[in-house]
Amino acid sequence: MKINRLSTILASGKKNLLSIYFTAGYPALEDTAEIALALAEAGADFIELGMPYSDPLADGTTIQDSSQQAIANGMTMDLLFRQVEDIRRRTDIPLVWMGYLNPVMQYGEERFLQRCAATGIDGLIIPDLPLHEYEANFQPLARQYGLLFNFLITPQTPEPRIREIERLSEGFIYMVSSAAVTGAQAGISAEQIGYFERIGAMGLRRPRLIGFGISDKDTFLTACRYADGAIIGSAFIRALSKGSTPAAAAKSFVETVVS
Amino acid sequence: MTTVDEKGYYGEFGGAFVPEMLYANVEELRSRYLDIIYEPAFQREFQHLLREYAGRPTPLYLAKRLSAHYGFTIYLKREDLLHTGAHKVNNTIGQILVARRLGKTRIIAETGAGQHGVATATVCALMGMPCVVYMGEVDMARQAPNVARMRMLGAEVRPALSGSRTLKDATNEAIRDWINNPHDTHYIIGSVVGPHPFPDMVARFQSVISEEMKGQLEDHTGRAHPDAIIACVGGGSNAAGAFYHYLDDERVRLIAVEAAGKGIHSGHSAATSILGTKGIIHGSRTLLMQTPDGQITEPYSISAGLDYPGIGPLHAQLIGSGRATAIPVTDEEAMQAAFFLARTEGIIPALETAHAFAALDRAGIAPGQTAVVNLSGRGDKDLAAYMEEMGALKIL
Repeated sequence: MKINRLSTILASGKKNLLSIYFTAGYPALEDTAEIALALAEAGADFIELGMPYSDPLADGTTIQDSSQQAIANGMTMDLLFRQVEDIRRRTDIPLVWMGYLNPVMQYGEERFLQRCAATGIDGLIIPDLPLHEYEANFQPLARQYGLLFNFLITPQTPEPRIREIERLSEGFIYMVSSAAVTGAQAGISAEQIGYFERIGAMGLRRPRLIGFGISDKDTFLTACRYADGAIIGSAFIRALSKGSTPAAAAKSFVETVVS
Repeated sequence: MTTVDEKGYYGEFGGAFVPEMLYANVEELRSRYLDIIYEPAFQREFQHLLREYAGRPTPLYLAKRLSAHYGFTIYLKREDLLHTGAHKVNNTIGQILVARRLGKTRIIAETGAGQHGVATATVCALMGMPCVVYMGEVDMARQAPNVARMRMLGAEVRPALSGSRTLKDATNEAIRDWINNPHDTHYIIGSVVGPHPFPDMVARFQSVISEEMKGQLEDHTGRAHPDAIIACVGGGSNAAGAFYHYLDDERVRLIAVEAAGKGIHSGHSAATSILGTKGIIHGSRTLLMQTPDGQITEPYSISAGLDYPGIGPLHAQLIGSGRATAIPVTDEEAMQAAFFLARTEGIIPALETAHAFAALDRAGIAPGQTAVVNLSGRGDKDLAAYMEEMGALKIL
């Protein structure tokens, strides 16, 4: 089986992993690849490519708005795969497909996973995919196609369920930093740090990345003290308008965080 | 077949497709709802409030003039006579009692026509609990009297500004609020939609409709079952309640009336069972209106309560298996039916309910048979739409 780029970087022992989430097809339809290349060049460790969805239940207004715009721009599942092919011709940065389950169901589960593997996706995050559905219908195919599924935990996730998620996760564990939708808050509280330490003390076998509420170098470095890395989404999407081009804005945002 | 299985499925429909941020709340409810609602003290309190506060039992009324017009016997289950003016209060009383037993201190809800929002604001006032109701901005404009009622009852009404700014978007906003407030908040969902256990719990609270219907029909006709039950379906809570105790009684035809808006294929419709395909909406696998790429599309109906791109998983299963028949009714047909009911029986129905009456002439009910129409709500809230129609007809 071919080497998975995501598993390679997760196994590398590299600390302070920076993952950037952005909505594909936003601000303009053809910005996806240019933004991805800028992120790779500026030093992001991997990318979460967001497939826009009409009804993103777990997302706050920033990602709702970027998703609505991307859909209005004409983003589709097939177009995203073509953009992934384009990115893959130009960089080896690990790519994680992130999106909701309904578009995957309509595309067809196996056809979807087959296309992910063929175009160069390494991992997946589908927040509304129940664990038992994953185990029954996705895991065998994901293994067949060499794709790593990553699951979320929150401060409310009970310990037995975290163990279950550890057992099923083949990439990283996505620690949602607080009870909130994406982009809802700034700063990291003492209560959140208590949660990060509690999960850290569990000695999980998979790397942990903290997301939600990570917005700049300061919050990124704080999160990295308690995990293997962190994920920035909404703050990055907001920053895309603050440059001569979205790609230039992406590059300078990442440089500020990793400098 | 017609009851939900352990994982929350009605056949292939249902389940709980929720992000991890909702898992703990949904799981807490799932693991406790049946124990809570069948506890004797809960049942005593619930039945007491239904009787003394909401005004149950509601009459089953023999509509003689309507029957004479159609040539078969028509009974009306008068949910419109309940406190707050619709069946919605059956569910909100039940759910707020569940919320208290779960130790929740804050209530949120979504609303389309405003009936569920009013029924939620009402029970929150009754129990002294803070209440936030999400309502699409478009619906706030077309159901202004209900917005005022909610505010008078002390609820905060927050406009849903995303998407089509109707019921689907109000539901999204309520779900996001629940994600942001997982400890103190219970989400009183207003229909048989959402992740398991909501569709089953709401259906159980609404099942009092068909429970009463059985005894009343027995008293009126000597037979506890009708030949057909007709109810309108948006998410489907009044239909679920009216069908519930007859689900396995194949002698009873179940007729679910959907909003066809300006016509099924006009691009302005909410006839989900015809236009919908299998997918996931609001945490449930069911039939929904969507693009081939899986983006949920904007529905349309003159009636805010039926303006929803999905359908409860129970109804998806009933219609899919052929147990229930879906009949689409347009805005115009519903409007005509509302005026006909008003002038034939002296009852002004809600626009949602008017859809059910418009199906009477095409439901295939034979002369001499008995049909029950679930008169799910009264029409006070729709007076602006009715006045517009009367203006067009030069009645006003």
